[in-house]
Amino acid sequence: MNSGSGGSIKGLVYVVGDNIDTDAIIPAEYLNLVPTIKSEYEKLGSYALSGLPDSMPRFVEAGAARSRYVIVVAGQNFGCGSSREHAPIALGAAGVRAVVAESYARIFFRNAVATGELYPMESARRLCGSFRTGDEAELDLNAGRIVKVASGDSFELRPLGAVAPVIAAGGIFGYARKAGMIGSAPGRA
Amino acid sequence: MNKNSQTITEKILARAAGQESVRPGDNIWVNADILLTHDICGPGTIGVFKREFGEDARVWDSEKVVIIPDHYIFTADEKAHRNVEFLKQFAAGQKLAHFYPPGTGSYRGVCHVALPEAGHVRPGEVIFGTDSHTCTHGAFGAFATGIGNTDAGFVMGTGKLLIKVPPTARFRIEGSFPAGVVGKDVILRIIGDIGVDGANYMAMEFCGSALAALDMDERMTICNMAIEAGAKNGIIAPDGVTAKWLEGRTGKPYRPLYSDEGAEAAFERVYDAADFVPCVAKPHLPSNYAPARDMRGTPLDRAYIGSCTGGKLKDFVMAARILKGRKVKIPTFLVPATAEVAMGLMTTVVDGKPLVTIFVEAGCEDIAPPSCAACLGGPADTYGRVAGSESVISTTNRNFIGRMGSKSASIYLASPLTVAASAVEGRVADPVKYL
Ligand code: SF4
Repeated sequence: MNSGSGGSIKGLVYVVGDNIDTDAIIPAEYLNLVPTIKSEYEKLGSYALSGLPDSMPRFVEAGAARSRYVIVVAGQNFGCGSSREHAPIALGAAGVRAVVAESYARIFFRNAVATGELYPMESARRLCGSFRTGDEAELDLNAGRIVKVASGDSFELRPLGAVAPVIAAGGIFGYARKAGMIGSAPGRA
Repeated sequence: MNKNSQTITEKILARAAGQESVRPGDNIWVNADILLTHDICGPGTIGVFKREFGEDARVWDSEKVVIIPDHYIFTADEKAHRNVEFLKQFAAGQKLAHFYPPGTGSYRGVCHVALPEAGHVRPGEVIFGTDSHTCTHGAFGAFATGIGNTDAGFVMGTGKLLIKVPPTARFRIEGSFPAGVVGKDVILRIIGDIGVDGANYMAMEFCGSALAALDMDERMTICNMAIEAGAKNGIIAPDGVTAKWLEGRTGKPYRPLYSDEGAEAAFERVYDAADFVPCVAKPHLPSNYAPARDMRGTPLDRAYIGSCTGGKLKDFVMAARILKGRKVKIPTFLVPATAEVAMGLMTTVVDGKPLVTIFVEAGCEDIAPPSCAACLGGPADTYGRVAGSESVISTTNRNFIGRMGSKSASIYLASPLTVAASAVEGRVADPVKYL
């Protein structure tokens, strides 16, 4: 669980295009890993985005458990395809704290929110051409913008809207507990 | 437009939320009738459930949690076996009424074909499943949608989920389809028209006189691929065909719901059924539509018939109509979705011959036991998995890069008729001339 309540995220950006599907985010052969088992959660991270074409720079270096990149910048329909929660989890486990996409496929967005693994932010306009993989960026969740550190260029993000309280509560369970719908979590420290 | 009229999706959700009515965009808590999970997402869902509700917590309703292992079954992969074992223990401990474990007489196979077969799908109900193709069950007039492990863990403990009411995108198809056009051609064309996010967050409602002529297997193919346009659910109003299919499958009474006349839609597209043609989706998106006749001659290395989309009995009957008395030119892999379909291959006869005989005589590969198999690649030893840069024509639902196991492969999606005709020619073919 990476997300908390707002703040800023600074780090290297990895840029992808449109329709990045869940087979690209985490190929099906790794779905035998169970995300709630800690060692397998970490393993999922090491395979994050390994389904992308080999012509793309590696997202996680060979032998590494986590990625150098903490923000993924994407085009339209990020996370289309499967309902596998392994997708936001693999990214979160790899160290990604936010995705900034022009738009999301429904289930990916929902899973990102429900798990609290990462912030699924929407950019007000397409940013695939404005950032290059390896750029350093600072994402300000409260102000709703992402800034390219080298140039100081600032790009607007859309407000989270109706899901903001769910994200702020750390996911669906936190949200339901706040509302008094379910009791406290026995399994959590 | 009547302000009070509602779509079938809205009515089902309103009833499940205990409300008179709902509007698109409303965030509501709905009661689930069925929670479906399988071997890929079940262990993680159970992990979330135990973490949040306690090691000894009980599921909200042991009659309503349905576990159907199907993805990684016929493999030597140790973790895959461990995961099924994990499900077995959980099902036993929770005394789940509906668990279909591999290696037993109750094993079924692909969950989306098995769920209605086993009588767990009813019109007007709410079905959540840890699989994006849960939208298949909208074919029966249910609200059915795919969710992640965390949401499923929540449903497992509470029987409820917070969801946003989707606006409806309506697809009205009138008239009758030309020969050679089947459910798969309909949905591939629609996805081609609106794009892979053309119905993102929406309910795709299919209606019109052409739909009435389709049997349940073809309606399931159409709703199955609603997710390929980004939809939350696909739905077809139940009718006499639905009721007949359900007879003897489900003992429980159900209360169907229907869209009101003039219910508002985010957009509506009207099609003349006569305008559809046999088609393919070219690599690497389900929206890369092309009429099969325009793709004729594209070289292929193998053909694949299987999955929740294209591995139902009707799919094999369609393939057999073309393969009968002909030989395939490329390796042709056949994977019945479920044990019931596998049985149907032996007992169903086309022109005097059982389907299995037709396939053997046509030179197809040995028929695999029912499971998801190479539809999603799977472990290295999965039947039909693509390892190199082959071109595959397949009745499955996704042709993303790497989907069938190899990032350098090219996958063409098509109907069982088009796949069978293409297998015969070893190249993409238009099935029409074989009918
Ligand atoms: S057959 Fe394919 S699409 Fe259907 S549930 Fe299995 S893996 Fe998913």
